[in-house]
Amino acid sequence: MSVKWLDRKFVLEHEKPQNGRDTMVDRQTSGLPLSEVVERLPQLVNGNPALLRRGKYVTTDIMLEIGPIPLHVAIIAGRIETLSRGPLLMRSWSFAVRGREQTWRRFWAVHPEPRFHDIFALAKFGEFRIEGDFRPLMTNLLYFKGLLESPRVLADER
Amino acid sequence: MTATIDPIVGRYVYLDLQGRPHRIYFEEAGAGIPLLCLHTAASDGRQFRHMMTDKDITDHFRVIAFDMPWHGKSTPPDGWQDEEYQLTTDAYIELIRTFRDALGLKKPVALGCSIGGRIVLPLAMRHAKEFSALIGLESAAYQTGWYDSSWLHRPDAHGGEVCAGIVSGMVAPQSPSSNRWETLWHYMQSGPGVFKGDIYFYRADSDLRPNLDKIDTSVCPLYLMTGEYDFSCTPENTLETAAEIPGAEVVIMKEIGHFAMSENPKKFRQYLLPVLESIKARHRRTR
Repeated sequence: MSVKWLDRKFVLEHEKPQNGRDTMVDRQTSGLPLSEVVERLPQLVNGNPALLRRGKYVTTDIMLEIGPIPLHVAIIAGRIETLSRGPLLMRSWSFAVRGREQTWRRFWAVHPEPRFHDIFALAKFGEFRIEGDFRPLMTNLLYFKGLLESPRVLADER
Repeated sequence: MTATIDPIVGRYVYLDLQGRPHRIYFEEAGAGIPLLCLHTAASDGRQFRHMMTDKDITDHFRVIAFDMPWHGKSTPPDGWQDEEYQLTTDAYIELIRTFRDALGLKKPVALGCSIGGRIVLPLAMRHAKEFSALIGLESAAYQTGWYDSSWLHRPDAHGGEVCAGIVSGMVAPQSPSSNRWETLWHYMQSGPGVFKGDIYFYRADSDLRPNLDKIDTSVCPLYLMTGEYDFSCTPENTLETAAEIPGAEVVIMKEIGHFAMSENPKKFRQYLLPVLESIKARHRRTR
């Protein structure tokens, strides 16, 4: 086998953190605390007319688990109406996307690394768990991908 | 007033495939070594329009791309309405060889992506002498699944939207927006059940690893090119396959996903042109 590498060394495993800090992630992700990033979700979604047009038939509650914190997102006709930080007793949701804080941060980089750039890539390699009723997700897939990826525009903010 | 017209010509050829008449649409541009291009599942020959308008390619290669039956402008065979479309390895090989012979292409280069990349491996195993080189984009002998393909064809899910939604993550984040969305538009236009039927090909012949020893790259050179953002066929999948094929050449493409020729043609050509130079050089030596 003759292998031609890229213009940089191709790393089969993702770059390991140096001294406890992942320098690649730090260069690309937002310096904002994750709590501030998620609080901007309603503004990012509701201020995007193209995304709202995609989601006009979407009315459901979903849950995003960011590390230990469950975040309940109530959507009506594509708009995020409420964002509630859990844990909350007996709160229902149609589907959930669960991941570690660091995984969400890497997913929200402006140009995420391979395998951290798509929810199904993350699920395939065990970084995200997607569970519940897949019907609202799959029947509005581009809308939900747009919603989940929307914080990437914040990645330049420090 | 003059308008820009691409130097691409499209025509129809009538082929008998699996004992049934088919009308197959194909496009071509350029002159020289025949370069037969095989599109991805659910899409069609439009994925190769950038290669067909690249003079560095078309000055030396006759670039040809057909739309598979049930795809693009190649309608399904008569009676399709009562059938479930399912692609098989044998049917796909028959299509490629029958089309090649119908156009009188002598030992073409075949370049395929995704299912087109995958079929390059059985072509190398069974028909290496009939091609002057084989290029597999996003190709591997074995890949693990990551979604339930029944979602691709259900009455409660818009087929075009769900097909595009599933593959959207296979486009690299760096790919230009207009190329990304044109690639996804092709998926949105695929016929009902066609993507699902194409994926059947992966399930029916899911593991080609036991037969990789049948590939002799001294008979026909083999190039495997995979984008680093492809998580369906990962660079690791391709490297594992190539490790079992002495003489196989591997190119891992930075900042490219599953649809190299369509999602980022400017970046893709940086990787493709050296491969084509190598093929041209071999062609000159062996003529």
